[in-house]
Amino acid sequence: MLRYTVRRLLQLVIVVGVLSLLLFAWLRSLPGGPVSALLGERATEATRAQLTEELGLNEPIFVQYWKFLSRAATGDFGVSTGVQPGDTAGEIFLQRFPATLELSILAIIIAIAIGIPLGYVAARRRGGWLDNLSIVGSLIGVAVPVFFLAFVLKQVLAVDLGLFPTAGRQAGGIDATRVTGFFVLDGVLTQEWDAAWDALRHLILPAIALSSIPFSVIFRITRAAVLDVLDEDFIRTAESKGLTTPVIRRRHVLRNAMLPVVTTIGLQTGALLAGAVLTEKVFAFPGIGQALALGFERRDYPVLLLLILCAAGVFVLINLLVDLSYALIDPRIRTTGGAR
Amino acid sequence: MALLEVRDLSVVFQRKGEEPFTAVDGVSFDVQPGQTVGLVGESGCGKSVTAMSIMGLLPKRGNRVTGSARFEETELLTLSDRQMRDRRGRDLAMVFQDPLSSLNPVIPIGLQVTEVLERHRDMSRKKAMVEAANLLDKVGIPDPRRRLDEYPHQLSGGMRQRALIAIALACRPRLLIADEPTTALDVTIQAQILALLAELVQDTDTALIMITHDLGVVAGLCDEVNVLYGGRVVERAGRHDLFQVPRHPYTHGLLASIPRLDAPKGERLSPIRGSVADNIPWTSGCAFAPRCPNATDTCVEVTPEMEPDTVGSVQGPRLLRCHNPVAPAAQEVNA
Amino acid sequence: MSTRTDKIDALAKKAGQIGDDPGVSVAAAAWKRLRRNPVFLIGLGIISAFILLAILSPFLAPHDPTDPMLGDQVVKARNEIPESQPGHPLGGDQVGRDLLSRLLVGSQQTLLVGVLATLIGLTGGLILGTLAGALGGWVDTVVMRAVDVMLSIPGLLLAVSIGALFARPNVYTLILAVSVVQIPVFARLLRGSMLAQRHSDHVLAARSLGVKQHAIVFRHMLPNSLGPVIVQSTLVLAISIIEAAGLSFLGLGNPDDRAPEWGQMLGRAQNVIDSHPQLAFWPAGCIIVVALGFTLMGESLREALDPKSRR
Repeated sequence: MLRYTVRRLLQLVIVVGVLSLLLFAWLRSLPGGPVSALLGERATEATRAQLTEELGLNEPIFVQYWKFLSRAATGDFGVSTGVQPGDTAGEIFLQRFPATLELSILAIIIAIAIGIPLGYVAARRRGGWLDNLSIVGSLIGVAVPVFFLAFVLKQVLAVDLGLFPTAGRQAGGIDATRVTGFFVLDGVLTQEWDAAWDALRHLILPAIALSSIPFSVIFRITRAAVLDVLDEDFIRTAESKGLTTPVIRRRHVLRNAMLPVVTTIGLQTGALLAGAVLTEKVFAFPGIGQALALGFERRDYPVLLLLILCAAGVFVLINLLVDLSYALIDPRIRTTGGAR
Repeated sequence: MALLEVRDLSVVFQRKGEEPFTAVDGVSFDVQPGQTVGLVGESGCGKSVTAMSIMGLLPKRGNRVTGSARFEETELLTLSDRQMRDRRGRDLAMVFQDPLSSLNPVIPIGLQVTEVLERHRDMSRKKAMVEAANLLDKVGIPDPRRRLDEYPHQLSGGMRQRALIAIALACRPRLLIADEPTTALDVTIQAQILALLAELVQDTDTALIMITHDLGVVAGLCDEVNVLYGGRVVERAGRHDLFQVPRHPYTHGLLASIPRLDAPKGERLSPIRGSVADNIPWTSGCAFAPRCPNATDTCVEVTPEMEPDTVGSVQGPRLLRCHNPVAPAAQEVNA
Repeated sequence: MSTRTDKIDALAKKAGQIGDDPGVSVAAAAWKRLRRNPVFLIGLGIISAFILLAILSPFLAPHDPTDPMLGDQVVKARNEIPESQPGHPLGGDQVGRDLLSRLLVGSQQTLLVGVLATLIGLTGGLILGTLAGALGGWVDTVVMRAVDVMLSIPGLLLAVSIGALFARPNVYTLILAVSVVQIPVFARLLRGSMLAQRHSDHVLAARSLGVKQHAIVFRHMLPNSLGPVIVQSTLVLAISIIEAAGLSFLGLGNPDDRAPEWGQMLGRAQNVIDSHPQLAFWPAGCIIVVALGFTLMGESLREALDPKSRR
């Protein structure tokens, strides 16, 4: 188990290393050159010269890469030129990351809460009306572009029916105390229930739109996994023991079916990040997704650089965690030292 | 009064868009308390399906079961799912063929034993664990207390099958059905497992239905033997009678096809010609006719019934479904 | 002739007719099942209609999709856009062009984007995956690490980063961005298939007969990988169209919107969606139907080719 963890951590380091190389190459390939890209158009000659010095553009490429890495290590990615001009990219990230995280967590919770039970029931009553309906539903969920779904939800439920707010993260009038940066959690911790509730209302529509991406996959993987497990011999053994259906479902079917589902959930975080870019734009939700969308529109390269690196880094980290948890959940891997 | 009375059991499989397939075609046999009965036949003759239908383990859809299976005076085939669930594991139990795939890979062995005890004998987890260790010990698994926390992939094939036997016998069922329990094991382990089974059922006076295609297994274990072909019983006799004087040409063919160590060098093997796929459905005569050396026109026109056979019945009454059985004089004495 | 031998002859004849005829290929067997599968048929129907539309649309469209013929009905200040009227059943777009014609002709660009992106992704992935899987060793390690890194960046973000490299995005940068995201998917698929086959008996047999390495790869291994590749391609086609729409929404697409494309039309419609939702709903509907068609086909193909299929 330890050996396995170490091996995966090494892989993580390699991947992050290659990623940094790629981003460095990307930075150097930006239109207009890195200095113009990072400073924008209205920079003075003096600032340009200073940045050129800092990036080491007049020196050999290894030095440049080294300077790039050290700037990155100190968190200096430059100042935003388009998204929130004046703020450093790092500040923007720290401000907006909790928002997107909160949104993603809610989206995953929705997807799991509906997808897994539905997948189980669909598998048990295979070929029934619920099964067919759910399959069609999940296929449509894949085919509908997430930003369009976001549009429709916003238009119908927020604008036309007025049930939910149309944008943002918290209503302007509410004065809430910030503790963690997670607005709903903050409201609960400080017992400002109206703030918490308001934050939740702002989260619901974008979370539903965002959840359509992982929901389809989680549903189908759960269904396939449960179908596979139901065919297994040990289910027949469990039945022959006369165990009750709830026990068989919990201890024999689900415990085995959840293994591939858990991996899938981890992999879905990547798709969630991508979906967040589109969804946050529609709902003007101040997370890193919106920052990426705006950054791209306004060619705000400092922000883009940092956010892409962070997005990739988070994704890689989560994959690592999922792999490790897989080793914890599946005793076959745990007891043989990760030999797969 | 028999422990289990199976009368005219039939199972027809019907899948969408396919022809109905009769896997079991009017099978009848009895099992007395404490008796070991064999169900012998090649793959596809319906022996496993018979057992699964008695246990109520067939899928809910896609098949139709008719006939009767009375266990201790209760008709099993008409019981509800919940009623059958109460009985499975407690009154009748089953052991299957492949020990690795028959165990849940992600929970420890101990839990797989205790869950039967908790279910039917109402034991607490702690007590059940103690009892589980005893059971594993009884089936010959060394260091049972440590094994409780281990997972199936950490045990050898033989040990897994022993564990499965322990699980099956945990609540002292009156009837145990063993479906090819040794087929997936090494030959040396096979002998051990069979000896274990014989010993256990004798100690606990459990009736055993032994399902196998291996006549050697039958010879060592069973009191009474039913030979199945094409979903029907074609011959029933006590073990000694069957092996001394096999009457049905199929049984005779099976025995004759076993290679013998003391056969003269260069002597050819004698298989049964054709294959199981060469059945005729029972409605148009004897299913075995295309492969039978004794077949006559009557055999393909008139379906033989199961009738008492007085030839060579030293051990007790025997039944035979054949128009032209093998005459005793034409046989060698099978040692 | 005795009845017995008659019966046995009849039996033998019947046995010979049961089951598939010998020598039926995997493709033919899969086709037989697919023919009767309603999901596949619906998907196939949608796709055929789509392709036909793309080919014939210039002839079917009632008006020129680039001509702002209803321009005088567009009043930007009052946010007025031409409504449905005789000769223009769907009305006009923000510039006064006939919406129906744009929708019909838009199928061409959309199909082009999807097909090109998939082809490039497929080719790239094929080369990488085959190299990695067939050669193994350090080639495998290097290639797969690169693939891992590419997969570590979520698809849309990767596409966005590639798009950001170009000062002036156009339809080709769009296609490039989308296709690059698909390359690692195909690469991993092919590599997995190759790897599985390298140790299989049929490859061993070919090698022991002295068949050359490249012949083994092309004539023995690749054909066996064809199934999953076809399945993945149909799914990737659906994904490409949706991703392209998303990228257009973000601004990566072709800024010159004279030649219509569904994703681009959808992206442009976001400004007026509250007042004129039809500008968004029509292209979105088309995208959804086509994506659904490809997905249905892909999923039913996967089930048909899957040896463990539960039929």
